[in-house]
Amino acid sequence: MNPAREPSDQELRDLYRAMLRIRLIEEEIAARYAEQEMRCPVHLSVGQEAAAVGACAALRPADQITSSHRCHGHYLAKGGDLRAMLAEIYGKAAGCCGGRGGSMHLFDPDAGVLASVPIVASSVPLAVGAALAFQQRAEDGVAVAFLGDGSLEEGVTHESLNFASRFHLPVVFFVENNFFSVYTPLDQRQPARPLAALAAAHGMPALEADGNDVLAVLKATKEAVADARAGAGPTLIVAETYRWREHCGPNYDNDLGYRTEDEFLAWKARDPVAAFAARLSELGAMTDTDSDAMAGAIGAEIDAAFGFAKAAPFPDGATAAERVYA
Amino acid sequence: MREPRVLTAAEAILEAQDQALAADPAVFLMGEGAADPKGIFGTTAGLVDKYGPARVMEMPVSENGFTGIAVGAALMGRRPVVIHQRVEFCLLAMEQLFGNAAKAHYVSDGRHRAPLVVRLVAGRGWGQGPQHGQVLENLFALVPGLKLVLPAGPADAKGMLLAAIADDNPVIFLEHRWVHYVSGEVPEAPLPAPLDGPRRILAGGDVTVVAASYMTLETRHAAAALAAEGVAVDLFDLRVARPLVTDAIQESVRRTGRLLVVDTGWKTFGLGAEIVARVTESCFADMAAPPRRVGLPDHPTPSSRALAEAYYPRAEHVAGAIGALVGLPDARVAAVHATLAAERRQVPLDIPHPSFKGPF
Ligand SMILES: Cc1ncc(C[n+]2csc(CCOP(=O)(O)OP(=O)(O)O)c2C)c(N)n1
Repeated sequence: MNPAREPSDQELRDLYRAMLRIRLIEEEIAARYAEQEMRCPVHLSVGQEAAAVGACAALRPADQITSSHRCHGHYLAKGGDLRAMLAEIYGKAAGCCGGRGGSMHLFDPDAGVLASVPIVASSVPLAVGAALAFQQRAEDGVAVAFLGDGSLEEGVTHESLNFASRFHLPVVFFVENNFFSVYTPLDQRQPARPLAALAAAHGMPALEADGNDVLAVLKATKEAVADARAGAGPTLIVAETYRWREHCGPNYDNDLGYRTEDEFLAWKARDPVAAFAARLSELGAMTDTDSDAMAGAIGAEIDAAFGFAKAAPFPDGATAAERVYA
Repeated sequence: MREPRVLTAAEAILEAQDQALAADPAVFLMGEGAADPKGIFGTTAGLVDKYGPARVMEMPVSENGFTGIAVGAALMGRRPVVIHQRVEFCLLAMEQLFGNAAKAHYVSDGRHRAPLVVRLVAGRGWGQGPQHGQVLENLFALVPGLKLVLPAGPADAKGMLLAAIADDNPVIFLEHRWVHYVSGEVPEAPLPAPLDGPRRILAGGDVTVVAASYMTLETRHAAAALAAEGVAVDLFDLRVARPLVTDAIQESVRRTGRLLVVDTGWKTFGLGAEIVARVTESCFADMAAPPRRVGLPDHPTPSSRALAEAYYPRAEHVAGAIGALVGLPDARVAAVHATLAAERRQVPLDIPHPSFKGPF
């Protein structure tokens, strides 16, 4: 044990725990999806846990994040309530949106999950707006927009980067490049240049981090967040990672032929959760007993949360017309 | 006796924003031209000097982006007023308006609020043409979660803008460029005018007429000329198109048995279509004649004043429609037309006001 290590052993274990928790939750959704009770689209983030966890570990509770259709991992990493998430996916009144949003609209104002929006790039300006609110109130909050590689093809992303840079806003644009938009590979959609090169065009710094390495992500995000908090303006972070399961739904879809099994297996061999477990055990920061205990506790939490969500009542149909206006 | 305090609607809008900025530090303006020397047809003139560039924010040409940024700030408790010099510029921001602004409160089960105002200026005249002359009010009226406000004069322009800024919902505040020139008495105090729906502006028992935005003024002229021929119009200024409140209109139609709706958009799928449908559903048995609409013909807005003259309905057309509804004899309709044409004679048809010299 080396108490002076940064992050500390406890922090390292917390990072591992957060990733493992997302992994196990997503896998449980996948396992139960065939029951046909979660009747909304799900975009699982299995394989991308290090990006969500590393980035959110650099944030304070009052900082705000925004996400996309693939929001489960971000929501959980930022501290979003698991029961409210599952209840939402089950369409229940106790869901974070009261059953009005489904899995693509996860938000938790108490945890700083401002909004998730399933229109590609649509939530990016919302994060910039949150950053503008921080700046106007002279608060030192930071906003992080999570976006996919596909979002970089949308005009509103560039409008948001331009604006954030022009007004020196405390916002971090965190791009998870998983190389696909649905089934269309990046090279069919964008020219061959590093995604990070876009930052220079908008007059902001770029950082690249291995998106499967939670510590690399944490380090980059900490740097960007520190700059943002200090008033130095936005940063674009690009983290390469890989979605394991199908674009939408619980299964694997490599059989469709849009990517090769070899490519998938190569990424799977770089499993961000397992790799980090191995690293921690090498460092002596986590024993097998520790990780088993963690998995056991998380499993119990997940079981209880699914039990809660399944047993929770549906919203009253008569309330569907309520809350259109404040 | 004190002189009435007369402002144009443009001046009233400026005053409303000035007072809102002074009263609430959460209020700020965002617009292309909001801080420029012309100040959006004068409606933001001088505000940047008074409140500074952080509260009267000059915008990049990124309509969807800054609308979304305004929504994000609104979710965090700010009160942005977004301004577009033409309705068409806002078409690039429909994704943020229809998606995030309109649905934030609903999809969050009431936890989020998006107190946002979007001021849109609809162009007309001086050859604005197909892409600077659309009002498109029906488009903005389409989506639950947005409010749509259509001021027809200076007092409402000020009062309803103050109410819109104080409202916890996203409000589209659609200003017809020709309404900017209308002058009238406006109280100096910052008194919000409730966004509660149509208001009766003339009482009469022969025919119910609902008019919106600038067409309220043309309709008022028509109604005055018709009064001389003994036709009494029960005239409503629509004011708020969403949420649409038609109770008073229905009550009126039950008495008059006749309904005309006059709006600033294309007649097909227009506000008139919705209002006629809704009122007819509940008042069919009381109707003495088929309801009518006056709106734009089904083609884009032409630029040349020779073509635009055929495009825009005026008081004469409204009077003709009312005459047909109440069965006014042709000779008396002709007399009304003659009165209206004489009133209009001094001002060319492609400008709102004799002072108008272009170019926008
Ligand atoms: C504006 C818009 N266009 C298309 C879609 C359909 N769509 C849903 S997810 C997706 C892929 C987006 O790719 P990326 O941003 O890289 O995110 P990922 O799914 O890889 O996490 C697309 C095109 C959409 N939801 N919104």
